[in-house]
Amino acid sequence: MLTILFDGIAYGMVLFVLGCGLSVTMGLMNFVNLAHGAFAMLGGYVAVAAMQRLGLPFLASLPLAFLVAALVGIVLERLIYRPMYAKSHLDQVMFSIGLVFMAVAGTDWLMGSGQQFIRLPAWLQGRFEIAGIGIGRYRLFVIAVCGLLAVSLQWGFTRTRFGSRLRASVDDARVARGLGIPVTRLFALTFALGSGLAGLGGALGIELMGLDPTFPLKFMIYFLIVVTVGGTSSITGPFFAAMLLGVADVVGKYLVPQVGAFIIYALMVVLLITRPHGLFARARA
Amino acid sequence: MTTPAFETRVRQALFASRRWHPAEIAFWLVAFGAYLAFPRHLLLLNEIAILALFALSLDLILGYAGIVSLGHAAFLGMGAYAAGLAAKYVTADPLAGLAVGMGAAGLLSLVTSPLVLRGTDLTRLMITLGVALILYELANSFSALTGGADGLQGIVMAPVLGLFDFDIFGRTAYFYSLSVLFLLFLTARRVTNSPFGLGLRAIRDNPLRASASGVPNGWRLAAAYTLAAAYAGAAGALLAQTTQFVSLDVLDFHRSADLMLVLIIGGAGYLYGGLIGAIAFKLLQDAIATFTPQYWMFWIGLFLVLFVLGGRELIHGAVKATASRFARLGKGPAR
Repeated sequence: MLTILFDGIAYGMVLFVLGCGLSVTMGLMNFVNLAHGAFAMLGGYVAVAAMQRLGLPFLASLPLAFLVAALVGIVLERLIYRPMYAKSHLDQVMFSIGLVFMAVAGTDWLMGSGQQFIRLPAWLQGRFEIAGIGIGRYRLFVIAVCGLLAVSLQWGFTRTRFGSRLRASVDDARVARGLGIPVTRLFALTFALGSGLAGLGGALGIELMGLDPTFPLKFMIYFLIVVTVGGTSSITGPFFAAMLLGVADVVGKYLVPQVGAFIIYALMVVLLITRPHGLFARARA
Repeated sequence: MTTPAFETRVRQALFASRRWHPAEIAFWLVAFGAYLAFPRHLLLLNEIAILALFALSLDLILGYAGIVSLGHAAFLGMGAYAAGLAAKYVTADPLAGLAVGMGAAGLLSLVTSPLVLRGTDLTRLMITLGVALILYELANSFSALTGGADGLQGIVMAPVLGLFDFDIFGRTAYFYSLSVLFLLFLTARRVTNSPFGLGLRAIRDNPLRASASGVPNGWRLAAAYTLAAAYAGAAGALLAQTTQFVSLDVLDFHRSADLMLVLIIGGAGYLYGGLIGAIAFKLLQDAIATFTPQYWMFWIGLFLVLFVLGGRELIHGAVKATASRFARLGKGPAR
């Protein structure tokens, strides 16, 4: 039972890294980016390609996944996302769904529709036992990396100049601009950071979640729940939401496999009913 | 507060919009006449009619009531499965099945309307999406009833009204679907041009002001939502009956997303938007699918992105301009 819990936590950690990027773009910038999963998929495929085609070690492919996804994010933000900021949520949703569809079909065309696999280095394989809890080495690694990220993100948003400027821009872009904060550039950077995190999460998650061209559609709802439930006032909100979701999903699939993803969707609907404004825990003026 | 003069004006305006425009009559004559023009493409025409009904349904809540939904496939699927199961286990009569499909979808919307009618646009999008996903999982899990991933097979329909047998060319199917579409369209036309429809538009434009001027927001939206769901249920029932097969595909997310595109193409907020969009969408899909069936999704995505970037009222505007030009020619009131 504790083993399942451990697996759930590792899964939740990956969801957090994937989702917190979205909570930055969607929560902070108030932009509904359903295409977030496409960046995660991009990161995953970059890692796969780096390891299989270029022969890079696993550890080197992770930062590469982050960089490529961030780079693509910054370019797309510049070219097509920026005009969408001012549009209605419905427009943004349709726009980003369109991007998802293009990403799914495009990846299918480029990389084939099959499931992708990677070879983990030997020191990350297998599992050991402590006090009766089976601990997968890779899962422990994931927890360590993601935990470190969570702490540094929280520190970055609350303690650094970048963080305070970002929060100021989000709260009131006009005043922030008046104070000389480069809002546009800040948003572009933030978008790149969010996309990069998604890419990193996608690369880390290959082993736990699988990777195929339908990835952005399959996990779209998971990211959304993380943001919905977590809110945006801090990094801790999405973090706990991701943990809850990860554990619920793993436990559900383990104990009652016949209901499938039902638990997740039901969880989302219930949470949204009880907290209809949970999406914007910090209401925007 | 209303003066008699004001009331007369409103009544006159409602009456004027209720009058039939020549272009509308022409539209329906062409629709029924398509049978003669394209006797080999009746199956495609049937699909267009069903998609048009489905789009009309989304237009009712999105275009008129301003309720955004990302899970409209839930009602299509509900209607399809209900009608399919009714045909299999209860009665093979199509009209009874249609009623069952509409009823089931309407019931589902009654149950879910409290969820949908609160919160912001974003919450609505997520909840409607969630409801559709839950239904998909349910249909997948209860495979004893729904056939799961294999689909619901063995649906055999009796002749429509006991007179017209379903044939393999889709002749009966086309006339049946088109007739249902036409009748439901008449109803929708009547509803949207009634004080009820005006109230809906008032809520869409400004909920606060609408409720301040005495429009009961909650139940009006719920009623519109239920009506739209019944329409989607009818579309689902028609789909099940004319193809004699229901699969999980009717509940799939891409159904809801495609429908959005249909409405963007045609323009939301006027009744012909969904119909025109459905025609354009199906013809487009048919054309693209013949040379690249596997990557149809890419193109649909590209269209979505371009339409939103380019302004999704583009086509609606073009149609309106053409319509008003026709109106000036015929000296009728523009609609």
